[in-house]
Amino acid sequence: MAQGQTAPGIQAGRLSSDEIAGNFDDLHPAYAPHEAAVAADRCYFCYDAPCVTACPSDIDIPLFIRQIATGTPEAAARTIFDQNILGGMCARVCPTETLCEEVCVRETAEGKPVEIGRLQRFATDTLMTSGVHPFERAAATGKTVAVVGAGPAGLSCAHRLAMLGNDVVIYEARAKSGGLNEFGIAAYKSTNSFAEREVDWLLKIGGIRIETGKALGDALTLDGLKADHDAVFLSIGLTGVNALRVDGEDKDGVRDAVDFIADLRQADDLGALPVGRNVVVIGGGMTAIDAAVQSKLLGSENVTVAYRRGRDAMGASRFEQDLASSKGVKLMFNVQPIAVHGNGAAAEIELEYTSGTDGELSGTGETIRLTADQVFKAIGQTLEGAPDTVALDGRKIAVSGVGRTSVDGVWAGGDCAAGGDDLTVTAVAEGRDAAMDIHASLSA
Amino acid sequence: MADLTTNFLGIQSPNPFWLASAPPTDKEYNVRRAFEAGWGGVVWKTLGAEGPPVVNVNGPRYGAIFGADRRLLGLNNIELITDRPLETNLEEITRVKKDYPDRAIIVSLMVPCEEAAWKAILPRVMETGADGIELNFGCPHGMAERGMGSAVGQVPEYIEMVTRWCKENYDKPVIVKLTPNITDVRFPARAAKAGGADAVSLINTINSITSVNLDAMAPEPMIGDKGTHGGYCGPAVKPIAMNMVAEISRCPQTNGLPISAIGGITTWRDAAEFMALGAGNVQVCTAAMTYGFKIVEEMISGLSQWMDEKGYTSTDEFIGMATPNVTDWQYLNLNAISKAVIDQDACIKCGRCYAACEDTSHQAIDMSEDRTFTVNDDECVACNLCVNVCPVDNCITMETMEPGLVDPRTGKTVTEEYANWTTHPNNPSAQAAE
Repeated sequence: MAQGQTAPGIQAGRLSSDEIAGNFDDLHPAYAPHEAAVAADRCYFCYDAPCVTACPSDIDIPLFIRQIATGTPEAAARTIFDQNILGGMCARVCPTETLCEEVCVRETAEGKPVEIGRLQRFATDTLMTSGVHPFERAAATGKTVAVVGAGPAGLSCAHRLAMLGNDVVIYEARAKSGGLNEFGIAAYKSTNSFAEREVDWLLKIGGIRIETGKALGDALTLDGLKADHDAVFLSIGLTGVNALRVDGEDKDGVRDAVDFIADLRQADDLGALPVGRNVVVIGGGMTAIDAAVQSKLLGSENVTVAYRRGRDAMGASRFEQDLASSKGVKLMFNVQPIAVHGNGAAAEIELEYTSGTDGELSGTGETIRLTADQVFKAIGQTLEGAPDTVALDGRKIAVSGVGRTSVDGVWAGGDCAAGGDDLTVTAVAEGRDAAMDIHASLSA
Repeated sequence: MADLTTNFLGIQSPNPFWLASAPPTDKEYNVRRAFEAGWGGVVWKTLGAEGPPVVNVNGPRYGAIFGADRRLLGLNNIELITDRPLETNLEEITRVKKDYPDRAIIVSLMVPCEEAAWKAILPRVMETGADGIELNFGCPHGMAERGMGSAVGQVPEYIEMVTRWCKENYDKPVIVKLTPNITDVRFPARAAKAGGADAVSLINTINSITSVNLDAMAPEPMIGDKGTHGGYCGPAVKPIAMNMVAEISRCPQTNGLPISAIGGITTWRDAAEFMALGAGNVQVCTAAMTYGFKIVEEMISGLSQWMDEKGYTSTDEFIGMATPNVTDWQYLNLNAISKAVIDQDACIKCGRCYAACEDTSHQAIDMSEDRTFTVNDDECVACNLCVNVCPVDNCITMETMEPGLVDPRTGKTVTEEYANWTTHPNNPSAQAAE
C-alpha cells in the first residue's frame, strides 16, 4: 500500500509500484526505425560540421547519421564506437543541448536541432542488441597495463588498449564496474540495467580482466602496480564529497546526494527506497538535479534545489533545469545554507540569500527557513586516495594533453585528472587518448 | 476569384485539371468520386478491342522511389490497359457523361494497328457521348510487346497513319498521347499533326526500373522471382515532361498544336508551369494516387490565387507565355554576368556551398575560421550550384552585374550589348554580328 506523498519524515513506498515504474521510464524513448529515418534525414551533412567540433570524443556525426539514413545503422554504430566505445551511454547521458545539438545548424535555423543523441542511441542500440562486438584485437603485444577504476575513462582506456593487443587488468574499488554510469546519473537515463549490459558488451573485445573490490591503498600501491605492469592508467574519479560546513550538518536526514543516487541505482525495488516528504538539495550541478528529480519521482511532496548563485551559473544545463521544473522540483537561486535545524533529525534548513559582486559571493543577512526532513549535499566531489607521488594541478592529478602524469609510466584520465568537463564523454575521450599514448610508448 | 474554366479543343471543363488515363479512371465508381471531388475532366483508362480483355499480373504492379519521410517521388507501374470488358466500360462512360455534362470525358484507346480495329471501336465510343478520344501510343510495357502502345508511338509513320484513320472515322477531337521513350519528341508530335491530330498529350510513362531487390537479385516490383521494366511517373519525371512540352510548343512546325500536359503534376504550381510552356490543360495521376482526389481543391485554390495575384482572368492569358523564352543554348546572352551573393544574416553556416564549390566546382567560396562563407568574385562563374545545395531559401542568390562594372574573374567590363555563341570569337563557325 502506497504511503502517499504527505507521509511524514523519510519513508519508503510513497507511490505505487506502477507509478514508480512510469516515473522512472526512459527519459528519451528509443526511436522506431522510421522515426530514426526521418530524424536522420534532417541532417544537412555540414562541411567540417560544428557538431563534430563540439563533441568531446570527436564522433563523425554527419557520417553516422548518413549511415542511419541509408539503412546501415550497424555501420553508423561502428563510426560512433571508433571514437567512443561508450557511445551507447553517451547517447543517453550526454548534455547534447550544450554540446553537439547546441551548435547544430538546424538549431541556428529553426531552434530545433537534429536529435543527434537519440540517433546515436538508435545506431548503438541496433548493434548492441544484436550482440555484435564490432572490433577485433590486434596481435598480442605481450604488454600488460593496469587500469585503476572501472568507470568511463578506465573502461574506454582498457578497451582501446586491449584492441591494440595489450592485456589489461582493471582494479575497481566497488563490487561492480561501471563507475558513475552504474552508480551515478539518473536512473531514467539508463534503464534496463544498460550500464551493466554495456560493460559486458565492451568486455567482449577480450584481454580485459576486472578485479573488483580493489582500491588503491595498502594492498594495492602505485609502485606495486608499476612493478607488475608495463604501464598504469589512473581513473579513480572523485570519491570525496564536499561538506556543507554548516551547523547541524551531522543531523539525521542529511546525506550526500551521490550516495542516495548510488543506492537508487542499485535498488532492486525503488518503492522500498526511503525518501523525505520535504527534500532540499544543496548544489547546482547535474548531481543536484538528478537527486532532486529522482526524489520527486519517488514521491516526495516538496523538493527544492537551493543554489548559491544565479540560474546562468548553474552547472546543470537549461534542459536539466527545465526537466526538474517539469517534474515539480522548485529551483531556488542565490541562497546558501547556513544551518540545519532539528532535534536529532533534520526538520528545517536555514538559507541565506546571497549577492555576488565581482565574482565574490557574500550573504546578504536575509534568511529563509524551509521545511526539510531530508537534505542532500551536492556541492561537488573531490579527489581522494590519489597516490602521493603523483603531482597535482590544483585539486586534481596534473596531466599532459594525452594524460601523462608527473610519474613516468603512469597516465590518468576522467574526473580525477585536471582539465575536461567532468562529463562521461570527456572521460571516454581521455581514456581513449591515453590508451593510444600508452600503446605508442610501449611499442616504441 | 479567377475563372478557371478551360476550353480545350472546344471541350469545356470547369478547370484545367483532368485525371490522366490510368487506374484512377478505370471505373464509373472512381470517376464519379473524382467529379464529386472537383476534377474538371478525366481521360478514361485505355480501352482495348472487343473480345476477352487483357489480364494483369497478380502480384505487385507498382514500384516507387522515396524522398525524406517516404515522400513518394517517383512511381512506376506494370499495369496494362483496362482489364474489364469493353461493353462494361462503354456503358459506364455513357452513364457518367450523362450525369456530369459539364465535365470532360475523353476515352483513351489502344487497339491493334489495323484500320479495321479502329473502325470497329470508334462508333462504339461515339455512342457514349464522350467528348473526345486519346490515342494511347505511349504505354511502354506489356502492350508494346504486342505491337501497340509505345511500339506505335516510337514510329512516326504509324502515329500519322493511325491518327488519320481516327480522324476519318470519328467526328470529335482526337488527342494523340506521346511516349517519352524516344530521342526527339518533335518527330512523333509532327507525325500526329500531319495525321490530323487535334492535340497531343504528353508524356506517357518512362521505361524504368525503380529498384533492385538485393536479396532476391531481381528488379522490383517482383512477380515471383522476376521483374520487368515499368512506366515511370510522378514528381521525378516533371522536368523531362516539361522539356518535351516546351520542345513541341516552340517548334515552328508544331507551335500552336494544343497540348495536354502530363508528367509529375502534383500542385497548382506544377500545372501553371506546364501551361506557361504552352499546355492548354494538364492531366494528373500519381498525385491523385498518392493523396487521393481531394488534392484538386488545392490545385484549384492555388491556381486561382496566383491568377488573381497576377491579374489573369482566364487561363488563356498565360498559356504559352514562357514559350518564347525557351531558346537554344547558342542564343543565350554570353554577356549577362552574374555572381553568387550570400546573405550572411540568413546563412546557418552548414558549409554545403563551400563543400560543393571547393570539391566539385570553382573554388569560389571562402571559409573563415568562424565559419563565415563568402563568395570570391574572382573565381565565381555564377554556376548556381551553391544556390541549389543551400538548404535555406533565398540565402544565396545570383546577382546580375550592372553594365559598366568590371567582372573581376575576367577583367572585362560588363556590357549591355547582347552577344551569343553564334558570334563568339571562339566559335569556329562564328558568323559576323549583323
